[in-house]
Amino acid sequence: MTTKPVPIKPKVTRTGIRLLVSEILVMLLFLLFMVPFFLVVLNSAKSSAEIINSPVNMPSDWGLLLSNITTIFNHPTVQYTSAFLNSLIITVVSLAVIAFFSAMCAWVLVRNKTRWSAIIFLLFVSAMVIPFQVVMFPLVQWLRMLGNFLGLPLLGTYHGIVFAYLGFGCSMTIFILHGFIKGVPLELEEAATIDGCSQSRTFFSVVLPLLMPAFVTVLILNGIWIWNDYLLPLLVLGSSGPIKTIPLAVANFAGAFVKQWDLILTSALLAMIPIIVLFLFAQRYIIKGMVEGAIK
Amino acid sequence: MKRHRSVDILFMLPTLLAFGLVVLVPFGLGIYYSLTDWNGVSSNINLVGFKNFESMFREPQFIYSFLITLQYTAINVVFVNLVGFLLALLVTSQLKLRNFYRAGFFVPNLIGGLVLGYIWQFMFNNVLVDMGRTLGISWLATTLTGKPGTVIWAMSFVNTWQYAGYIMMIYVAAIQSIPASLMEAANVDGAGFFRRVRSILIPMVANAFTITIFLTLTTSFKQYDLNFALTGGRPALRFMEKGIKSSQLLAMDIYQTAMGNNKMNEAQAKAVVFFIILVVFSLIQVSINKRREVEA
Repeated sequence: MTTKPVPIKPKVTRTGIRLLVSEILVMLLFLLFMVPFFLVVLNSAKSSAEIINSPVNMPSDWGLLLSNITTIFNHPTVQYTSAFLNSLIITVVSLAVIAFFSAMCAWVLVRNKTRWSAIIFLLFVSAMVIPFQVVMFPLVQWLRMLGNFLGLPLLGTYHGIVFAYLGFGCSMTIFILHGFIKGVPLELEEAATIDGCSQSRTFFSVVLPLLMPAFVTVLILNGIWIWNDYLLPLLVLGSSGPIKTIPLAVANFAGAFVKQWDLILTSALLAMIPIIVLFLFAQRYIIKGMVEGAIK
Repeated sequence: MKRHRSVDILFMLPTLLAFGLVVLVPFGLGIYYSLTDWNGVSSNINLVGFKNFESMFREPQFIYSFLITLQYTAINVVFVNLVGFLLALLVTSQLKLRNFYRAGFFVPNLIGGLVLGYIWQFMFNNVLVDMGRTLGISWLATTLTGKPGTVIWAMSFVNTWQYAGYIMMIYVAAIQSIPASLMEAANVDGAGFFRRVRSILIPMVANAFTITIFLTLTTSFKQYDLNFALTGGRPALRFMEKGIKSSQLLAMDIYQTAMGNNKMNEAQAKAVVFFIILVVFSLIQVSINKRREVEA
């Protein structure tokens, strides 16, 4: 019987070649994926005429990038600084409100084992199926009525849109936190009670700090959604109201200055920068948060 | 642990209030309005039965929007998952920069559909057309978003570009949870790369397929921002002897019916149909998950 020699060496080179091929393939795919971003930067440094002439050439004068950015900053339709601040305020406050109140609610729903809490939880979960399209028009009318009734306008205001985001964001947030709180040992809370903590003190001092890992997921999922959201701000804040978010400002600008690609692309660039900068710093958390949110 | 009912209620109150006022009440109103002659202005609202539902299925624009939404969704489900899965295979191999690539492929998904829509409008109308002309590729020389036959494919292409990196990360998470010993054992037994993918990897990540398929299904079906910014529903087309918009997906059709044509009640009826379809999707998903849990 002849023993076949084990082909160790050829096998190694074969995997080596395969690795090299996939390395080149991924590199090419990656560059292809990034092409639109390169072109946005490239064309943000051109004049409108230069873009029409050739959208793929290198810009003749990179100094135009700065002047285009200044134009967008000072443009009355965009008002980038104020749009950025509005987006920031609305996103941060909504995130805080959603995370805080949803955690309170989710905790009660987990620990208070009655038929009612089961029904309420089911209601939150089933509401995740409701598309925005089916509620958006009645919502606007209803918020206007409610604002008139309370003497406190809800349309076109910060508190109005934060309230709306709490309503739309709480179901998914409660769903994720509910699953997480179920894993928090009850003994911790019992120990706190024995040590003399009231029910609310138990929540704020013992449970809330334990929820931090789940908060990362919740903040990222809601944060990306709210920051990029276009329809809800359009309907609640209005496209010509005093408060504009970045997506509203970009849409207004692109709608009013059709084919002014130099400035449209510069405004798109400025709209992307904050989130890309954030991603560079918190990449690991963002990817983890978004993937976990999908799996749950 | 003793719980105080008053504290429990107080803890749930903010979310219940927001959820009730922002989601439940408008949802109830929305279903009611779909059966009326509501026009958004007059407070004199009369029930008209299923008239709004009957008229929508005779409307060429709605029928066309419905068909292209199905087409768009089907294309996306196939391509986003295919590209996402292939990318996941590539970035879970022993590439040197695999974490860098993962982050890179993920980036488009962080930026809102609105901003991406404008960027890709520029890509299709200027960059690709310019490339088509200089390189003499005739099918690129006229914009792909300008023809009814290709516009849905162009939109799906952008959606795949935007979404594949996200889906990739879900597959990556699933692939990484496969015990390394399993793959090694198959390798020792002489299974080649494709054999290992087919016989081990795909069955092991089957759960992830359910998640990603339904994720792409619902997000494509609900697409609005990208549609609005990329094509705005254009180009025009004659269908059933009427002029219609050839890339107006359902979500955009609902918005246009209300805001463009001032038919709030008909928009609401369309939104209810839209909602019912999404409910059917999620019921199918739940039943598949249930069946899988029984098997496991």
